[in-house]
Amino acid sequence: MFNYTLRRLLFAIPTLLVISFIIFALLDLAPNDPTGELPLTIPPEVREQIRASLGLDQPFFIRYLLWMQQFFINEPLNLLEKMTGWQIGDGSRMRILSWATRSPVVDLIVERLPQTLWVVGLSYLLAVIISIPIGVISAYKQYSIFDQIGTFVSMVGFSVPTFFTGVVLIVIFSSWLQWFPSVYDTNHQVTDFASLMFQIKQMALPVIVLTLYNTSQIARFVRASMLDNLNQDYVRTARAKGVKENIILLVHVLRNSLIPVVTVIALGVPTIFSGAIITEQIFRVNGLGQLLITAIQGADIPLVQTLTFIFAVLIVLFNLIADVLYGILDPRIRYD
Amino acid sequence: MKKLTVFLASTAAALALAGTAANAERATDGDLKILFWQAVSTLNPYLSGGTKEIYSSSLTIEPLARYDQTGTLTPWLVTEIPTVDNGGVAKDMTSITWKLKPGVKWSDGTPFTAEDVIFTWQYCTAPDGGCAQKAQYEGVKSVEALDPTTVKVTFTEPKYYPYSAFVGAQSPIIQKAQFKDCVGAKAPGCTSANFGPIGTGPFVVKEFKPNDVVTYVANPNYRDAAKPAFASVTLKGGGDAPSAARAVLETGEFDYAWNMQVEPEVLATMIAKGKGKIETAFGTQVERINLNWFNPDPALGDKRSTKEAGPHPALKDPAVRKALSMAIDREVIDEVGYGEAGKPTCNIVPAPDIYISTTNDWCLKQDIDGANKLLDEAGWKKGSDGIRAKDGVKLSFLYQTSTNSVRQGTQALVKDWWQQIGVASELRNVAASVFFGGDPASPDTFQKFYADVEMYTNNFDGTDPEKYLAEWLCDKIPSPANGWQGQNIPRYCNPDYDKIVAELAKTGDLAKRAELAKKANDMLTAEGAHIPLIHRGQPSAISNTLAGVNMNAWDSELWNAADWSRKK
Repeated sequence: MFNYTLRRLLFAIPTLLVISFIIFALLDLAPNDPTGELPLTIPPEVREQIRASLGLDQPFFIRYLLWMQQFFINEPLNLLEKMTGWQIGDGSRMRILSWATRSPVVDLIVERLPQTLWVVGLSYLLAVIISIPIGVISAYKQYSIFDQIGTFVSMVGFSVPTFFTGVVLIVIFSSWLQWFPSVYDTNHQVTDFASLMFQIKQMALPVIVLTLYNTSQIARFVRASMLDNLNQDYVRTARAKGVKENIILLVHVLRNSLIPVVTVIALGVPTIFSGAIITEQIFRVNGLGQLLITAIQGADIPLVQTLTFIFAVLIVLFNLIADVLYGILDPRIRYD
Repeated sequence: MKKLTVFLASTAAALALAGTAANAERATDGDLKILFWQAVSTLNPYLSGGTKEIYSSSLTIEPLARYDQTGTLTPWLVTEIPTVDNGGVAKDMTSITWKLKPGVKWSDGTPFTAEDVIFTWQYCTAPDGGCAQKAQYEGVKSVEALDPTTVKVTFTEPKYYPYSAFVGAQSPIIQKAQFKDCVGAKAPGCTSANFGPIGTGPFVVKEFKPNDVVTYVANPNYRDAAKPAFASVTLKGGGDAPSAARAVLETGEFDYAWNMQVEPEVLATMIAKGKGKIETAFGTQVERINLNWFNPDPALGDKRSTKEAGPHPALKDPAVRKALSMAIDREVIDEVGYGEAGKPTCNIVPAPDIYISTTNDWCLKQDIDGANKLLDEAGWKKGSDGIRAKDGVKLSFLYQTSTNSVRQGTQALVKDWWQQIGVASELRNVAASVFFGGDPASPDTFQKFYADVEMYTNNFDGTDPEKYLAEWLCDKIPSPANGWQGQNIPRYCNPDYDKIVAELAKTGDLAKRAELAKKANDMLTAEGAHIPLIHRGQPSAISNTLAGVNMNAWDSELWNAADWSRKK
């Protein structure tokens, strides 16, 4: 197992290098421009100077190598310095600067992480907690009223887009009932009970929207996986031996059914970090998803490049974690 | 006796001041909540140039003089507007001398001096700095301090409209002490200065989260002891225009939302809730359809839309250009797409008042029959498919614009009207960041104009149209030779027009300038360089609890935020 993990990690390095090059090349070929959103009153020669000041007048490979140096050497060193307080070299390294804000990209990402983890992460956690019992009951009582309703809600939650559910919730709960705010306050700090209540209130709507979406997906998966196992021979054997029904269900069937579900959940974790672009925009949560979409719209290439590459790293990593988990959970699967 | 009057006058002024101070006190009205659906990226407008950055920074940093809501130049950090009459502008128009208000302090308590003004010029004109507002300092030879409160700006040649450098929200003064190590290539590295410029304005940046939210507090050293009324400002960003309008007009969570480009009927239902209103300020934005004077035929390859391609086979006929304009019902476009935020126009210079021409107002009334007759007379005959043609040239046009629901609505309307006069059109839209991106390698930019007609909005900064009218000069035509840079997008070229603009640059008298500008404006519309459609305003949503807002299209919309207060 250890050898396998090590081998996979080593394989990941060339994969990620190729990914970083493809992302960089694609962004470079894309026809938008960082001065595209500026008012037309700014004359062309000034635009040219702005582009030059961003380093856009350099050849493609120089810019790519510069980004590699900044991402793989300068930024980790900088992080190390910050965490340990050591001074490595003279400390004046070129960091990756966003073109729109002219500030270090990594600082922007660190600033955005809390709200994304809170809102998107919490909704993912809730979805996992809610969807497993729903999936189990739906499968055990297949075609019952509970299963029918569960199937209906899952279908609705899965097929109705978040930009619709989000706006519907705002119209009902913010405009009409005025229970929850429609704009997320990223400056809010939880210090006492009242501020905690406000935090819960402002998180409520975006979390509900995302939980509905994630729950539908995972619950369907749990149900399908449970149904596969309920018809296995070992279930019949257990029943014939007189094992209690809830032990059959929760110990034998559920444990076996969760093997593929855990994989699916692990593979979904990177999407927490990439944020929920649409939901974050609607509620102005301004997390990583909103950061990415504004960067794409404004052709802020260093920011898009760094963000998408970090997502790529997370996806590769969680794929590996899912594979390893599979091996640990299922004794039938051995990689060595 | 004279001394006595001065004494009396100053006592009266002091009493009056005390009077207002009793009514209003600084920082007593709580938090002002502003919503910019395009989030603010930096608070240094010299490094960005975007409207949102200019507006958000205008709460902290200020220019020497700015335009008020009528477009009149108003002294801001100076005692008066220099003119030739008061001796502030040299008779030969080669220099302008500003007298700074005495006693103005930066928010950190240090005095505001002529050195800061000089530094601002040096900062923006430093090589490799990529200053977005460099055009404001064009033609400035030197800036020098005659004494700590007097600044003299000398121009390289006579400048008949000398109010550009240090005037308006695009050109605010930054503090030398804060930015002195951030000049040129070092500018982007100064993150803390760029994210929190020290200013003379009513508010001070407390915290800035880029692309998200800015928090300001009242400036303790602001020059008017009774202002600002608000203790703090929260400027939130993100989302889209309709939901921003909802946050002010329906849920009442915010006091002010900028740039409400929302369909008129959607806004109307929100306003009906009675929590706020939409106010529109009209500046100089005109939505227009540019006609391509060169041939954009794809068969010409790299030559298309350049001089080598030759004139446009159909649009070279003045009758076609005029008929295309006659067929359009601007009232309907306005009603469907703009509502209160637009009015039909036939001018490319739609404001200020002294520049408004009425010569081409025939275009305000749709005349399909007239357009048909004009084309018939010019020899364009309808074929079996209903499309007019002459000598093998069909009146069939590629009509492109940027992706935007209002623009696509307008395209559909215009296509229908042109159909009625036997003109076919193919509609196309390009993402705004590509269309306006100016990437010379992209075939889809508005500068390359690989289409027959294209639609977008343009305007000019401030109130003087001289630089704007110079965009239609023959030598400003974009071409491969100049890397497709150049603002004469329609590729219009007329030596007589060039002469008028040259004369305008040499005229100092305002009435004469207005006359020449009108002549140039009339010429462009009459000859069909473009088809002006809508004079666009800037609509903003304002809560009913907010007092003192004075919508201004000539400067930052937040220009008088010091005077804003909460209605009691």
